[in-house]
Amino acid sequence: MKILVAVKRVIDYNVQIRVKEDGTGVVTDNVKMSTNPPDDNAVEEAVRIKEAGKAKEIVAVTVGEDKAQETVRKALAVGADKGIHVKVDEIIEPLAVSKILHKIVEKEKPDLVFMGKQAIDDDCNQTGQMLAALLNWPQATFASKIDVKDKKLEVTREVDEGLETIEVNIPAIVTCDLRLNEPRYASLPNIMKAKKKPIEQINVSDLGVDTKQRIKQIKVEEPPKRKAGIKVANVEELVQKLKNEAKVI
Amino acid sequence: MSALLIAEHNNKEVKPFTLNAITAASQIDQDLHVLVIGCKADDVVKSISQTANVKKVIYIDNEIYENYLAENFTPVIVKQSENYSHIICSANTFGKNLMPRVAALLDSSQVSDVIKVISSDTFLRPIYAGNAFATVKSTDQKKCITIRPTSFDPASTSGGLAEIIKADSAEATSLTKFVKREEVKSDRPELGTARIVISGGRGMQSGENFKLITAVADKLNAAIGASRAAVDAGYITNDHQVGQTGKVVVPDLYIAVGISGAIQHLAGMKESKIIVAINKDGEAPIFSVADYGLEADLFEALPKFLEELNKLNTIQK
Repeated sequence: MKILVAVKRVIDYNVQIRVKEDGTGVVTDNVKMSTNPPDDNAVEEAVRIKEAGKAKEIVAVTVGEDKAQETVRKALAVGADKGIHVKVDEIIEPLAVSKILHKIVEKEKPDLVFMGKQAIDDDCNQTGQMLAALLNWPQATFASKIDVKDKKLEVTREVDEGLETIEVNIPAIVTCDLRLNEPRYASLPNIMKAKKKPIEQINVSDLGVDTKQRIKQIKVEEPPKRKAGIKVANVEELVQKLKNEAKVI
Repeated sequence: MSALLIAEHNNKEVKPFTLNAITAASQIDQDLHVLVIGCKADDVVKSISQTANVKKVIYIDNEIYENYLAENFTPVIVKQSENYSHIICSANTFGKNLMPRVAALLDSSQVSDVIKVISSDTFLRPIYAGNAFATVKSTDQKKCITIRPTSFDPASTSGGLAEIIKADSAEATSLTKFVKREEVKSDRPELGTARIVISGGRGMQSGENFKLITAVADKLNAAIGASRAAVDAGYITNDHQVGQTGKVVVPDLYIAVGISGAIQHLAGMKESKIIVAINKDGEAPIFSVADYGLEADLFEALPKFLEELNKLNTIQK
């Protein structure tokens, strides 16, 4: 079995986001970037499936500017076999990314495609489902447990009501929840080895995909600031304030 | 053109977030139709037809729709979408799973998680876990939109008189099979819709200690939440998690106990009307969003809080 894992480079989740003064976006210069956290879970799961002898090859793919290769390199360091970098310099939307991944799937012919359920920058939560639609493959979104069975996956999904279990035929798309696993750190020797693994570069213009932006970003602004309130001296005062001032109890 | 909203339901009842989405959808287009895809969901159809702002209900009834698989819902939605300018759904796990599959087949770039309708093509949505707000304008002819439910009031479930029409189902998928759903049953209000939420964090120190939270929640008829740290530490199950990767809640009163206030947690609760923080670390970031902060040891403060609440006899249910 072959697994394709899609990874995205985003602002590190520990960075305090700052909005640009001109309202065109958020500050990314000199800001720490990392792999989108649930994409790390997707890579980890693929590596575990390979380690269990149920997959032969893992291909990590990213779409973005040159520096996005760092995320592929990281996937190679934890166990992916080869990388693909689709070079795009402009901002592109999930619909365009799913069309690009569609082309990569046609070329690589994986049995499974894994990715994080959502990127923590644009918070769209779309790409996996869109790719599944374009391929007419089943989708197992928000996965917190994956069992590989014969020609099928049994996937437990995190849904609002609790947990849902579905069975999907392979080939399938799985989008991963943070609870799926605990991603490992790459060891230094593996980081060195990863430098020798191949990363294929593809220019987006060679894929014949429409990546034109359909959504115009008019402005980005800071959310209304919440004022810090007061400190109360004790529980009695707190209860009095909640009852008489805030009137919520 | 009109707007088509996809209802979420369990074949017996309409899920509450659909009512919030109806409010948002009616701000986008007053000629709002609701699509109910289900299995013997007549009660759902009846209830939606009586909901304010709904002009028409389209009902597709087939046993293949019992478990609302996106693979089964998508073909009928795509077919129905022909006469509509907007396809709309709530941005909870139901809509998040479903809508992009529909959007891709309509070749429409979806606008996710709308928190404000500015016009029929321009919307406000949070990015970076609510640390920035983006105003976006969709240029697609057919727009696919998901609505963050907690940003809109629920539509009234009475006063509507919508026409009900039946439509045909599509072929069932063989790609995906529903196995089971483990719903977390509770007598408490649901976390996403509760008027009061009390949450515990790593400061609770153990799952056992959550009984202090439970006692206050019982008194206030509150839902119980938790930070990701408390969930990861195994103190409480993950369906209680509030935050960027859990639920976003907007109660009238949010009480954060032993929660430091990581960015990821604040993203899930900072729109609450009144926030109370109880933490022994006076420097904890949670105090910067709290209306009322109490710097105290929670193991002393919580029992005392319950005692004081018991003295009041005016707790609103």
